[in-house]
Formats: sequence, structure tokens, C-alpha cells
Amino acid sequence: MTVVATLQPAQSAPRAHPTSALAALVLRDVSKIFASRPLLRMPWRAQTAAKTVVAVDDVSLTVRRGEIFGVLGANGSGKSTLIRVVSTLLLPDRGTVEVFGLDVIRDELGVKRLINRVSVDAAFFKKLSPMENLLYAGRLYGFGARDTHRKGLEILDRLSITRKVALEPMEHMSRGMQQKVAIARALLTSPVLLLLDEPTTGLDPRSKKDVQRMILGMREEHDATVVLTTHDMDEADQLCDRLALLDRGRVVALDTPTQLKQAGGSLEDVFMRLTTEDPETAD
Amino acid sequence: MIQATHRDLNIAYAFFERNWNLTRRYIGWEVVWLVYSLVNALTILFIAAATERITGQAVDTRFFVLYLLIGTTMWSYLSAVFDVVAETISWERWEGTIEYTLMAPVPRWLHLIGTCCYAVTYSVVRATLIFAAVALMFNVDLGHANVLTVAAVVGVGSISVIGLAIVAAVLPLLFTERGAQMTFVIHSGLLLISGVYAPIDVLPVWLRVLSPLSPLTYTLRAVRAGLLDGAPPDAVFGDLVMLALMGIFLVPAGLLVFRKAERFARRTGRLKRSG
Repeated sequence: MTVVATLQPAQSAPRAHPTSALAALVLRDVSKIFASRPLLRMPWRAQTAAKTVVAVDDVSLTVRRGEIFGVLGANGSGKSTLIRVVSTLLLPDRGTVEVFGLDVIRDELGVKRLINRVSVDAAFFKKLSPMENLLYAGRLYGFGARDTHRKGLEILDRLSITRKVALEPMEHMSRGMQQKVAIARALLTSPVLLLLDEPTTGLDPRSKKDVQRMILGMREEHDATVVLTTHDMDEADQLCDRLALLDRGRVVALDTPTQLKQAGGSLEDVFMRLTTEDPETAD
Repeated sequence: MIQATHRDLNIAYAFFERNWNLTRRYIGWEVVWLVYSLVNALTILFIAAATERITGQAVDTRFFVLYLLIGTTMWSYLSAVFDVVAETISWERWEGTIEYTLMAPVPRWLHLIGTCCYAVTYSVVRATLIFAAVALMFNVDLGHANVLTVAAVVGVGSISVIGLAIVAAVLPLLFTERGAQMTFVIHSGLLLISGVYAPIDVLPVWLRVLSPLSPLTYTLRAVRAGLLDGAPPDAVFGDLVMLALMGIFLVPAGLLVFRKAERFARRTGRLKRSG
């Protein structure tokens, strides 16, 4: 098992809400609707009806503390929107979201201290080196330069990123390497809820295995809860304790991988059976 | 209390350090823009130096060169402050880091303090380099200058420009692609209406009415009084008061508008990468 060093947590999971004693994440009747309406309407342009997309539709689910919870769904099924809502980047139009008992709207700053997110596109200042990006991340979460530098090198070392590479601009790195640095950045801040939005998409098998080992390591070494979206059915099967299947923003199935497969066939068969072919673009 | 202050300073410094690292990494472009600004300043000053020859009339060339040098240096400084602050969101959109930065547990005022401190430091260094290079080529006499007046005006003027820039930084939050273009239009408008190279009296009336809205108008007028005439601080008291009032209004208003715009962007899904 990969042991991943992180900075001393700036926070520990707070006392859970009485109604969700073991819950890391509780979504109640959450909906998110996008309307493509321009902010400024030019008078000479013909008025067109606003197109609305229901990206997340009345989703209710609970993720238990210490769980690795998978979210599956076709492109545009609302997975990334759901992750963005939990990570405070989007406000839900209806319903409530609680992270360890803290409401994402009322206790926004408190929630932000508990979470971190890795998205499918490694969002970095590409001209900066991995270490400079980690230093920036460390300071944002309140850690000093010396600690961040030491721990950052330690984590990068475990991810087979050499010190030389750690000091060169990230634009010279492969996508797989960049994704490893994204994971390292998330680990550095010791989140108690880690949101992973297709973290292994586009990675070669070895890098994929490395990232998967790190996800398990985060749970086992640091008691982190993980929400993972993925298109990789094997990955979901191997890593996740439970899975939610999204279709057009709605949860159409929620169970353990074993239970989901009991109806017959593989997870891929379940996916094909329960999801529609061409969902509206929402992600 | 001390621990909290240290933590806040550390967070604000994240933006200063990040911007410094970006400047180092983009050093080639920094040199290019510095040379461009320098050449621009020199071109304008050569026009002043040649005015007597072009018009055939007697002109106080040394005064004219100094008048334009103040304009070009102050514009270099204030426009850089404005750009760094106003582009804080656009830059993150281009880099694709906007979601990561806005997801971090950072109060927005600390984010903006860090950015503003860097903007002032960067702009002071840049404007000083341009001024020093130009001063080497032209025989600039600042013997009459009142340094105290200039320092007071630049200090208070910077705060009001920062306030305006924070308001402008909201545009890229609201308009994912056009926001940066709108910010640039404001930048250009400031150059036109603020009396950077010519007194605002020469502007057509419909443009002149906009001049009092720009903090640069008061800053440039008061700095010229301090450098050209050696005016003491009390002689530019009116301009200092206007700049202070603008700063007092614009900085909190900018923070408030920024917070509202960020909430709007979170509601409508406008925090995505663009460019």
C-alpha cells in the first residue's frame, strides 16, 4: 500500500450533524438547472427563447465517512456538475448539500477547508513548476513555505517525480505526470473529503494504477472519504464501496458494485441497461 | 489573534508569490513589454523635443518634455496597477486555474490584498525602470520637485485606481469571454479622458464630462503640480481629498460588487475555463 505523506491537517472532520451521524456528504433533493440566457441582450438581435438544461435533477444520496463512493454516468449526465456543487463552485438551485454537517452555502469557508478536488483537466499554472504550484496551494490552505516544500517533495518523490522535474515548468510534463501532481496537490492539504472528477481519464495503465493506489492510500492512511466519478467500469468495481449511476441528472441506481451486478452481467452491462444513449450536455 | 493574522498574511502572500513566480517564468515577455513601453515613451518625448522644429515656433522644450515624461511614467505605473488587478480573474481563466483558486478557503479580500500588493510592487519597479532609462536620454531637471506631494498623491491615487480595478475585475466574472475585452475598453478610456498627455481642457465637451470620473485625472494633475511647480501637499489638497473619497467609495464598493458577482457566477456556472 502506498503511504502518502501529507501536511498536518489544518482541520479534522467536524462533529457530524445529528441526522447524519456517519455521513461525510449528504445531498437532499439537489437540483441544478442551467439557462443559456445572455446577461446583456443586444436590442438589434432577435430574442431567442432561453434554453434550459437540467444538469442535476432531484438527487438525494448520503456518502458515509471513510467510503469511496463512485458516480458513474455517460458524458453530460451531470457527474461534474454534481462534483462542482459539492465543491462550492456551483450553487444548487434546489435542495441542500452538507459536508460533515456543514452546509455548502451557509458554511462555505468551513466546507472549503474540508475538501479538495481533482478534475479531469489538471488545472495548473503551466509555466510554473510542480513545486511552485504546490507552494501556492499550500499557502492558500494556510501552510507555510518550509512545511509545504518538505512535504511536497516527499509526496512527489513517492509519485516518482524527481526533484529535477519538480522544479521545471509543468508545460514540459506529460498529462499523466500533470495528473499525478494534481493528486499530490490535493493530498498536500489533507482533505477529509476528496472529490475526484475522472482523475484517471487519459492516463496510461501504469499511471492509472499509481493514482488508484494513492486513492486507496488516502482512505486507509488519512481516513479520507472519496467521491470518484469515472468512465472506467473496472476502476469503479475495484475501488468503490458503493456506486451511484446518473442518467440525465437523476440517480437511476445506487448500490454496491456486487449488488448492482447481481441483476446479471458486468457493471458495463448495468451501465448500458440503465443509461440513455444521448443525454443533454450538462458537464 | 497573532496566529490568525499570520495565517491571513500567509494566504495573501500566496497571490504575491504566485504572481512573482509567473513574472519570472514569463520573463521574456516581461522584457518585450518593458522595451515596448520604453520605446513608446521615448517616441512621445522625441515629439516634444522636436516641437520647436516642427512648428517653427518658440517652445519651452524642457518643460514640455518633463510634462510628457510625467504623463508617460504615471500612465505606465497606474495602468499597470489597473491591469494586474483588473485581469486577476481573466488570467486565471486563461490558465484554467480559476476553479481551483476560487474553491480554496480564501476570503476574497485576502485574495485581492495579495494581488494589489503585487500590482503596486510590480508597477513601481516597471515605472521606475522606464523613468530611469528615459531620464538618461533627456536632461531631466527635477530640482523644483516636491517629493512629499508626489509620494502622497501616488499613494492615495493608487488606492483609488485599485478600487476602480476591482470593479473592472468583476466583468470577466460575469462575462466569461467578453469580460476581458470590456476591461481593456475601460483601460483605453482612462488613457483618453484622464489628461495623460494633454490637459483635459482640449477634449471635446462630451469627453471632458467623463474626466472627473477617472482617479487618474486628479493623480496626474496633482503629480504635475508637485513635480513641475514644486507645489506642497496643501496646494493639491482638493485633488487629494477627491482621490481619498474615490478610494473610500471604490474599494469597499469593488469588494461588495465582486462578492455579488462571484455568487452570480456560482449560480449560473460561469466559473469555467475560457481561452
